[in-house]
Amino acid sequence: MPEAVISADALDLTFQTNDGPVQALSDVSLDINKGDFVSFIGPSGCGKTTFLRVIAALEQPTGGQVTVNGMTPDEARRARAYGYVFQAAGLYPWRTIEKNIKLPLEIMGFSRAEQEKRVNNVLQLVDLEGFGKKFPWQLSGGMQQRASIARALAFDADILLMDEPFGALDEIVRDRLNEELLKLWARTEKTIGFVTHSIPEAVYLSTKIVVMSPRPGRITDVIESDLPRERPLDIRDTPEFLALAHRVREGLREGHAYDE
Amino acid sequence: MSAVEAQPPCALCMAMRRITMAILPVLVVVGVIVAIWYAAAYGMNRVSTLDTAERRGIEISAAEVFADTMAQERPRLPAPHQVVTELWNTTAGEPILRERRGEYQPNPRSLFFHAYQTLAPTLLGFVIGTLAGLILAIGIVHNRAMDMSVMPWAIASQTIPILAIAPIVIVVLNAIGLTGVVPKSLISAYLSFFPVVVGMVKGLRSPGAMDLDLLRTYSASRSETLFKLRLPASIPFLFASLKVAIAAALVGTIVAELPTGARFGLGARLLTGSYYGQTIQIWSALFMAAICAACLVALLGLIERTTLRRMGLDR
Repeated sequence: MPEAVISADALDLTFQTNDGPVQALSDVSLDINKGDFVSFIGPSGCGKTTFLRVIAALEQPTGGQVTVNGMTPDEARRARAYGYVFQAAGLYPWRTIEKNIKLPLEIMGFSRAEQEKRVNNVLQLVDLEGFGKKFPWQLSGGMQQRASIARALAFDADILLMDEPFGALDEIVRDRLNEELLKLWARTEKTIGFVTHSIPEAVYLSTKIVVMSPRPGRITDVIESDLPRERPLDIRDTPEFLALAHRVREGLREGHAYDE
Repeated sequence: MSAVEAQPPCALCMAMRRITMAILPVLVVVGVIVAIWYAAAYGMNRVSTLDTAERRGIEISAAEVFADTMAQERPRLPAPHQVVTELWNTTAGEPILRERRGEYQPNPRSLFFHAYQTLAPTLLGFVIGTLAGLILAIGIVHNRAMDMSVMPWAIASQTIPILAIAPIVIVVLNAIGLTGVVPKSLISAYLSFFPVVVGMVKGLRSPGAMDLDLLRTYSASRSETLFKLRLPASIPFLFASLKVAIAAALVGTIVAELPTGARFGLGARLLTGSYYGQTIQIWSALFMAAICAACLVALLGLIERTTLRRMGLDR
């Protein structure tokens, strides 16, 4: 029995808005095991990003329980359990790439020598050696997003939470980054939570695909992928891959059927 | 096509041409303003020229009338060249220090001396005002009570005519033994803190939700958020505010000199000019103030460009 790193039990979250309460999450229960690559997929408003933010203690659930490494999300955050990658790269424009990656290290009080070492390490990991002294605007969108992944990796948390990190990039860049992310995952053995609205991306990357649906945000299907961990890009043309993609699509359609 | 025509124009000619194209419109505008000014000077001074001639019982030709309107000692509106001459005579034509009874003293006939008398409190007031504005803005952004309470007072403070409270401030400060630079600079600080508060509150609040969330995932403290995110993000806003603030500081100092009978400074120069009907002196003091303001704003612009370039924000 593999150990659950992230465990959610009957999670509820209701936002109070001007138009009345909105149930963003309803009865969400899920276990994420160590080393898993879990994708959350669903239409907008299904609560996939909200769920990731609850895990990261950026939102407080209104009901249910969630633990990260056996702690509350707040405690886990203070224990530096996870790195978070946002939809946009979110690099600070007045800091060079190097200094951006150092930002969490400065706050967490790493020594200067250690900071240098880690920056070089992660720059190599995301294939950005030699770009440390550049300002963000001097890099392409894909490179900026790689830098933001490097920043999330810098303090070596076991969990990486990624909220549609490649959503704003074009298909070609996205394919490459997907491939690189898989290699990175294999090398670092991190547990990854990944929000996306792309079916091929979810199937290509994940060991576990969580299909969600809106109003109220809930999990409709959890699909364990039987694809091998080593995945070249052309695995996407195999029948196994297409069968998985089909099941995800069916799950998404079913979720929508409630509305119509 | 001849061989001469086919040659590319020389680089120097191209550069000269570009500079001409850039400067020409500016010169045209300045020329129009000066022309209007001359016309206005003629129109406004003609009456007194004719009056004088009538009193003396002499006939004067149109050309003589025009010449006189351009050269009156106390014109209603001095002609541009009169102001420029006065500016030249009181700056280049007068030593800043003069010898009196064997020692060197400031020369009150030098406009540089008066400009210095105004600039020193302006700069001190600007620094005080900027610091006060910064501290207030940081307080407003971090404290809800301050957010609700300070801003209305800051706005109210600017609706009070500075001319009304300047004498009160000067008298009160004199009573507790503060004279000279400090009272003037406090009034200039009073005017210059406001743009800094307004600009910096906006600047400190400029980081988006994602930038702030990122620091939350690092469990960053409020002071770390301030120094690593809010302050750097607000630098472009700061410079915009500082340019307004320094001009306001200069106005504050000049106004502080007006109702208090100051003997030195550009404000004092305006005041004595109006006592004795010395319009040329008033205008030259006004132009000196404008030149000072332009220089200060230009200096800030230079610092701004350098800073933003070093921060990688000058794209």
